[in-house]
Amino acid sequence: MKQSLFTLEHARQLTEDTYELVLSGDTSAVTAPGQFVNIRLPGRFLRRPISICNWTDEALMLLVKVVGDGTRELVRCVPGTELDVLSGLGNGFDPTAAGPHPVLAGGGIGIAPIYGLARRMLDAGQAPTVALGFRSAKDAFYLEEFAALGCRLLIATEDGSMGAKGFVTDCIRNVPECDYVLCCGPLPMLKAVHGLPQLRDGQFSFEARMGCGFGACMGCTIPTRDGYKRVCKDGPILYKEEIVW
Amino acid sequence: MVNLAVELAGVQLKNPIIPASGTFGYGREYAEVYDLNILGSFSWKGTTAQPRLGNPQPRIAEAPSGMLNAVGLQNPGIDAVIAEEVPNIAKIFQGPVIANIGGFSIDEYAENCRKLEDIDQVAILEVNISCPNVHAGGKNFGCDPKAAAEVTRAVKAATKKPVFMKLTPNVTDIAEIARACADAGADGLCLINTLLGMRIDLNTRRPVIANRTGGVSGPAVFPVALRMVWDVYEAVQIPIIGCGGVSSAEDAAEMMLAGAAAVEVGAANLADPRACKTIIEQLPAVCRRLGVDNISELTGGAHHG
Repeated sequence: MKQSLFTLEHARQLTEDTYELVLSGDTSAVTAPGQFVNIRLPGRFLRRPISICNWTDEALMLLVKVVGDGTRELVRCVPGTELDVLSGLGNGFDPTAAGPHPVLAGGGIGIAPIYGLARRMLDAGQAPTVALGFRSAKDAFYLEEFAALGCRLLIATEDGSMGAKGFVTDCIRNVPECDYVLCCGPLPMLKAVHGLPQLRDGQFSFEARMGCGFGACMGCTIPTRDGYKRVCKDGPILYKEEIVW
Repeated sequence: MVNLAVELAGVQLKNPIIPASGTFGYGREYAEVYDLNILGSFSWKGTTAQPRLGNPQPRIAEAPSGMLNAVGLQNPGIDAVIAEEVPNIAKIFQGPVIANIGGFSIDEYAENCRKLEDIDQVAILEVNISCPNVHAGGKNFGCDPKAAAEVTRAVKAATKKPVFMKLTPNVTDIAEIARACADAGADGLCLINTLLGMRIDLNTRRPVIANRTGGVSGPAVFPVALRMVWDVYEAVQIPIIGCGGVSSAEDAAEMMLAGAAAVEVGAANLADPRACKTIIEQLPAVCRRLGVDNISELTGGAHHG
């Protein structure tokens, strides 16, 4: 973990409630896709935990969905705004455990860490299939960026307005050779993916209301087969066999 | 050169700043951020006889200028703390430690304190009496002067270490509880614990916190804590650790002027992991501004003249 100031370089609206933010600063604490940052906002007591979409040596890219007053203020920050950020939080995905046929599954704003994960797996010579789910075409975002990666890309929308009609799980069923999942999305999606019989193992990114975001307050702990774990510090990535629904 | 040293019931602290129980774990996470040896002391996470898993999610909500938590005393249990955390604390912090102890019966409090008797680094026992008494229909020990006094007597009989009773603010007259603890032999008091509160999610029309209620902390409670420290200072002669919403060196000085001999910093650590470090660094300048050479001169200063 590192606490430092980042500067908002740009904010781009992607859908009605989703934004891409680029923050410049010291990213040396970020070591794995699936980690998150915890951002302090003026006038808000608790920080806002946001998954890292992608990063370079000098910048963080975040995808932010407006879900309340805090995230609304965050996306409205003007370029040049300095933000107090705790970076490099959480364990992150471990792509080396994924085997030859991994599928990366993202639902809604949960596609954010999937993008950085896919890029790093491709850079490492792995060949992931990416499955993305949205409610409808108007809620879909980052499709061009994912398409530019060049890996197999499957898309599902609940109303069928884009890609296949259905859920991410339907996409995964259509690629039966994929036996390892790395995924992030809302709890019902995680649970549905977890139940797919074709998956021998996988990594699941959880979210929780957090107090500190760095393991001190026990505000976000959840039960697992290996005892209670802190989503912020021992997670947010949990492995298939340890998850208790 | 300002002297920041203070004394709590015979225990010397290099400065009055103490991370509050429940916001600092057993020190591990903060030791990654700064050298804990700058601290006066730290109060470890409330520890009970048995391991406790705590409450269901969600446990955290935000409030204007603060937060609510309903962690539910999650902790690994006193035996695991002694076996695994105490040796690690010795590695990351060489100063005196305050052991925060919870309990659900008078015997449990006493037994937990007894188990810490031979651990030299534990300099003060801080007894959290905001716990439900399983033998009295779940009524909090800290809400009843008789029960608070009983816990105090039982713990005092079980240990030679200084005993500080940590008081709940969720009472009609905190000074009455403070007097009961002092009369029963407490060496000091720590106040306040969190204020009982709740939030409701407008979308779901349900309480945000699964436990329905949570403890409010953060800057929002600072004036309440300050007033209670003032009242208790007027009521008892034993030292007070002031706790509640302290986020700056100025807040700490204010708390001391109200009567605190030392100051605990809680929720501020969660919002800013360096909060205690920053406060300690700024204390000398605040003391110079107030014209004091020894910070301990501030204690109770607002009560005179």
